Amino acid sequence: MRAVETRPPSSRRRATPAERPPAPRRRPGARARRLRPLVPYTLLAPALLVLAAILGFPLYRLLSLSFQQYGLKELFAGRGTFIGLRNYQDILTDPFFWTVVARTMVFAGVAVGLTMGLGTLVALLLRNLARPMRVLVTAGLVAAWAMPTLTAISIWQWMFDFEFGVVNWLLTRLGVDGFEQHNWFDQPLQGFTVIMIVVVWGALPFVAITLHAGLTQVPAELEEAARVDGAGAWQVFRHITLPVMKPIFLILATLSTIWDFKVFTQIWVLLNQRPSREYFLLGIWSYSESFGVTRYGKGAAIAVIMVILLLLVTSFYVRQMLRAVGP
Amino acid sequence: MTRKRLTRAGYNTAAVLVLLVTLFPIYWMVATGFKRGVDILSFEPRWLPIPGTLENYRSAIGKPHFLQDVRNSVLVVIATIVISLALAFLAALAAARFRFRGRAALVVMLIVVQMVPLEALIIPIYLMLDRAGQTDRLAGIIVTYLTFVLPFAIWTLRGFIVNIPEELEEAAMVDGCTRAGAFRRILFPLVAPGLVATAVFSFILVWNDYLIAYVLLRSPEKQTLGIWLASFTTNHGTEWGGVMAGSTLFAIPAVVFFLLVQRRLVSGLTAGAVKG
Repeated sequence: MRAVETRPPSSRRRATPAERPPAPRRRPGARARRLRPLVPYTLLAPALLVLAAILGFPLYRLLSLSFQQYGLKELFAGRGTFIGLRNYQDILTDPFFWTVVARTMVFAGVAVGLTMGLGTLVALLLRNLARPMRVLVTAGLVAAWAMPTLTAISIWQWMFDFEFGVVNWLLTRLGVDGFEQHNWFDQPLQGFTVIMIVVVWGALPFVAITLHAGLTQVPAELEEAARVDGAGAWQVFRHITLPVMKPIFLILATLSTIWDFKVFTQIWVLLNQRPSREYFLLGIWSYSESFGVTRYGKGAAIAVIMVILLLLVTSFYVRQMLRAVGP
Repeated sequence: MTRKRLTRAGYNTAAVLVLLVTLFPIYWMVATGFKRGVDILSFEPRWLPIPGTLENYRSAIGKPHFLQDVRNSVLVVIATIVISLALAFLAALAAARFRFRGRAALVVMLIVVQMVPLEALIIPIYLMLDRAGQTDRLAGIIVTYLTFVLPFAIWTLRGFIVNIPEELEEAAMVDGCTRAGAFRRILFPLVAPGLVATAVFSFILVWNDYLIAYVLLRSPEKQTLGIWLASFTTNHGTEWGGVMAGSTLFAIPAVVFFLLVQRRLVSGLTAGAVKG
């Protein structure tokens, strides 16, 4: 019974060889048997201890900081002053907070929508291509996917350069007025367009390739049958493909939401580490409150609000994951 | 028949468009890296880097502290991966192969923890490391990377171990192997490719970091390659050749490792990793 001791007796598995009486061999002492339930905890202990120290404690500290006044003075003294909910009160009554929340949500929403929408189109396209072309497009997607974020940022920064950037050249060439020597970051809406392009360009390959892998799981007979029954392309997609792909869609959409909700590096680097307030999303705001103007308490409170919003958005996903993992 | 041909032409046009959007930026980076200054700063783009030059690479590598930064990056990446894989392997073994009280809670914790954005945790982590005198130290940044690499590694390795049939180990134990022996002789060789893949995923996560290195490492001789790269993008509009050469160099290790595990990445990421 050596292999099954750690399972509850009710475990309904077919009898495996190990469940038969063990071959005669060295009999484990009573002490060893008593210690056996401790094995998983022993294996887990090092990782959990480290996680508690480097993740659990900072999480607790983040919460406690958010209830404190913690600026330069407190940084030198090494301890903050408890001020209750004042930080949260300050933030929630600041109209700027609501602007930033709305901006973050709109940004994440548009980014996720574009990534998922274009990703689906590319995945469907891949399925309809002849083999050589499909291999080629997949290779292109993988290449873009492999680019580190920082590399992708500098590439697009160069392409959108106001003077010698290839984008301004192209737009001018196409006869669009006003793009000669045009600075894309003068105006937040255009600046966010560039940021959006960098984010979507980086995220799209993963979504498209994963969706394409998922599409190969959709039974072809099912779609064929629907087509025979007279369904059009859209109907087949809507009533056959989409339901089968739903779990993958959900996971990808939630992953994208998490990534796009906390976009930081793209904005920070594209705007040369000095984004103006028109470019603040929650992550940037929290960062600049803490490290820019050394109000760590308020920065922590913004971060806590960000985590709560993110958990609300993704609690749905956690439920899905748990269902997949099982009890 | 003609209609079919038309649809095919439509698909191929779309495919060419996708290729252009994905590959042109990368081509443009590589090409710019090899162009002479006068060809980069020309109002009419030069599509080919002819005549080419290695001047940009020379200037990128010649930046102060480049070699030091490479060494720092390699050190940080290796230390992070070795520590997290060792800890994660044991924990993943427990999570995948044992039933115990609190197992469900552990799984929930592993998922939720990966959703806490580092952008939020960086504040308390900075203050803690500051008190311990570990800001601007590589040890501090390694510890910080562990906060997201470790849960990710446990989760991914758990997935790999679950996929190896338990019956193999049970058969070994019937034949007289101890449980530990079965893990060492049967499970470990089978999960080795999974360990390699997890190591590479972790590498990509660490390589993609900017924020942590930016916040924690201040002095130039302590910085990692990401900061080195971002530091010369700030000279706006000046040195694009050097920036593109540097970006290419920065991308090469990531691309090489990425290609090694790309196929597994699709299943691996959707199987539960959340950090980007």
